[in-house]
Amino acid sequence: MSTEKQLFTISVYTENNIGLLNRISAIFQRRHINIESLNTSPSEIEGVSKFTIVVNIADENIKKIIGQIEKQVEVIKAYYHKDEDTIYQESCIFKMQSDLLFEERQIQNIIKDSNARIVTVNKSFFVIEKSGRKEEIDSIYKELKPFGILQFTRSGRVSVSKQPMEISQMLTAFN
Amino acid sequence: METQTIKNKETATKVTERITGSEAIVRCLIEEGVKVLYGYPGGAIMPVYDELYKYQDKIHHVLTRHEQGATHSAQGFARISGEVGVAIATSGPGATNLITGIADAQIDSTPMVCITGQVPSHLLGSDAFQETDIVGISTPVTKWNCQVTKASDIPAVIAKAFFIARSGRPGPVLVDITKDAQFNELDFAYEKCTKVRSYVPVPKTVSGTLEAAAKLINEAKKPMIVWGQGVVLSEAEAVFKAFVEKSGIPAAWTILGASALPTSHPLNVGMLGMHGNYAPNKLTNECDLLIAIGMRFDDRVTGDLSKYAIQAKVVHFEIDPAEIDKNVKTDVAVLGDAKASLTSILPLINENSHTDWHQEFKDLYAIEYEKVIKDDLYPTKEGLTMGEVIHQINMHSNGDAAIVTDVGQHQMIACRYAEFNKTKSNITSGGLGTMGFGLPAAIGAKMAAPEREVVSISGDGGYQMTLQELGTIFQQKAAVKVVVLNNEFLGMVRQWQQLFFDKRYASTEMINPNFVAIAEGYYIKARKVTKREDLAGAVKEMMESKEAYFLEVCVEKEGNVFPMVPSGASVSDIRLS
Repeated sequence: MSTEKQLFTISVYTENNIGLLNRISAIFQRRHINIESLNTSPSEIEGVSKFTIVVNIADENIKKIIGQIEKQVEVIKAYYHKDEDTIYQESCIFKMQSDLLFEERQIQNIIKDSNARIVTVNKSFFVIEKSGRKEEIDSIYKELKPFGILQFTRSGRVSVSKQPMEISQMLTAFN
Repeated sequence: METQTIKNKETATKVTERITGSEAIVRCLIEEGVKVLYGYPGGAIMPVYDELYKYQDKIHHVLTRHEQGATHSAQGFARISGEVGVAIATSGPGATNLITGIADAQIDSTPMVCITGQVPSHLLGSDAFQETDIVGISTPVTKWNCQVTKASDIPAVIAKAFFIARSGRPGPVLVDITKDAQFNELDFAYEKCTKVRSYVPVPKTVSGTLEAAAKLINEAKKPMIVWGQGVVLSEAEAVFKAFVEKSGIPAAWTILGASALPTSHPLNVGMLGMHGNYAPNKLTNECDLLIAIGMRFDDRVTGDLSKYAIQAKVVHFEIDPAEIDKNVKTDVAVLGDAKASLTSILPLINENSHTDWHQEFKDLYAIEYEKVIKDDLYPTKEGLTMGEVIHQINMHSNGDAAIVTDVGQHQMIACRYAEFNKTKSNITSGGLGTMGFGLPAAIGAKMAAPEREVVSISGDGGYQMTLQELGTIFQQKAAVKVVVLNNEFLGMVRQWQQLFFDKRYASTEMINPNFVAIAEGYYIKARKVTKREDLAGAVKEMMESKEAYFLEVCVEKEGNVFPMVPSGASVSDIRLS
């Protein structure tokens, strides 16, 4: 087993319970594993939540982490995937000063070339949104930085796996 | 409380009663078969105590002298009986005082339900008097926890709590109930919980693994069994014994597994780990097959993992999938309940006797006997040893007593030398190593099994962490035999200081009070022994006492526990001196 670190996307299907986020994040905290990103949302099944957690760890540790997550009473199932086994996206938004839009032509080119879009414009500021892979977001960030970014926020990764995650069947079996 | 019966039988699904949340809590406990619970009252749990007063003919509340004592008593109760122990406390400090016991129960897989009162729900988050986020605090050390803010949720949550605590790999569960939920009314009907959608208590045994394990076991030339508490928790003792006898494989135990097979059994080759027996530690690194049953390869058992049984194939019988390959890489993992797995594999196992291999254990035992055991049990030099005290207790208990220990040198000595005929007889804090565990745990054990002799053995350090529970012994008339092995040191730490810190005895020497006077202050019969010639008589007097009895034995100050696998060393580097 490899001890070299790599990115894994962990997908955790859970009951929708207060406190479960704490329970799951504590598993990482105890082992000094830095969470690169974390997203929680409803899943494809009503009443079932999905955590999407990105971590950079060794292959031999990911299985142990999955075991610890699945051990939690309200976790239905946890999966882990390498990047090549998932389709994933992140999203980000930039708030910038409106004058720039008129004075710096380059900004419009950046928006066009990177397939970003303008969400809103008013007299004082405008907002750009971009979804894509981490590298694409890093790249637009780098390009906009010199013009002065008032605010920047990036979302956690959202992902779906190429292989099916058979939660519905599993829930039927539970019931 | 008036009973409301739904009269229309065609629509009636269950009969409910209109009662308060606090009464519901007590009624739930009664429904779960709880007869004794341990706790300490306070503001946010007072409505429940009022109900406990009303239901005192059905459920006995034991007032401990500290909430930590309540958890350890509940643990002792659970460990000797196999039933769920119950502890109850108020919000804030009452709740936080439970944490050590909860953490102990979590790492030692003890079924326990803790109920805490909480400030009224409208005050949550306002830093109200005695408000603390006990659900947040207890999350990493509970199997499951939950806050209840509505009276109507109480029955289902408590049912779920008991189910989770006792099923699968057992553990502690905490239910935090706001004061308004205790005061408000609900339509009460109790239904036991038998499943939780997202929770698989016992994993399915993967097809083919039993056969694969049996093949390895039948082909092995030098197999060795290492068993843990899983054998006790699944009540697999009988089939485990049959498995050991049919296969003829030498078997060694972790301290929580001790007593699952009688000490005197010819194939019981002793204790594993840091202060375990010489033979099973040495031969772990010589066997060709390690058969782990209901144990988790704790670092105190394995020493340096990179030098642990690397020559051997490993079969792991385990209920918790997260334990597979966690510390030791397994060749065949047999998931499931130990009793069920052992029952299934027994017909697949060939009858065998590994006489030559077993002889190797006996030969190493002979070396350990000469170099360590003889002087521990039958010392000739001045100064009483801890070992000879345990030996005297064995002589009078004939191996039938439950031995409850604290943490430290006395614990290792007691685990090494106590004789056990019956299962569930070694009650100790293993994984967490909680000093102060022993005395309150012994109270719980004695109350759960009043017919059994329960001997609490502590060191002078750990004893003083929870000695206020003498008050509980006195008030409950619990006939616990309390032994303190007094060396006026925190002995285990001192031993390490001697061996690894050039005898710099930093803060390990204890100037102790008059322990006999303290026990007598609680009206407990007490005696102190300083000379060898008085020991046998004093132990006899204690064991024959019908009531609680306190015995202080002043042992040699700088005695060491050997053998020893130094921290971070390999099990085969075990030292005899």
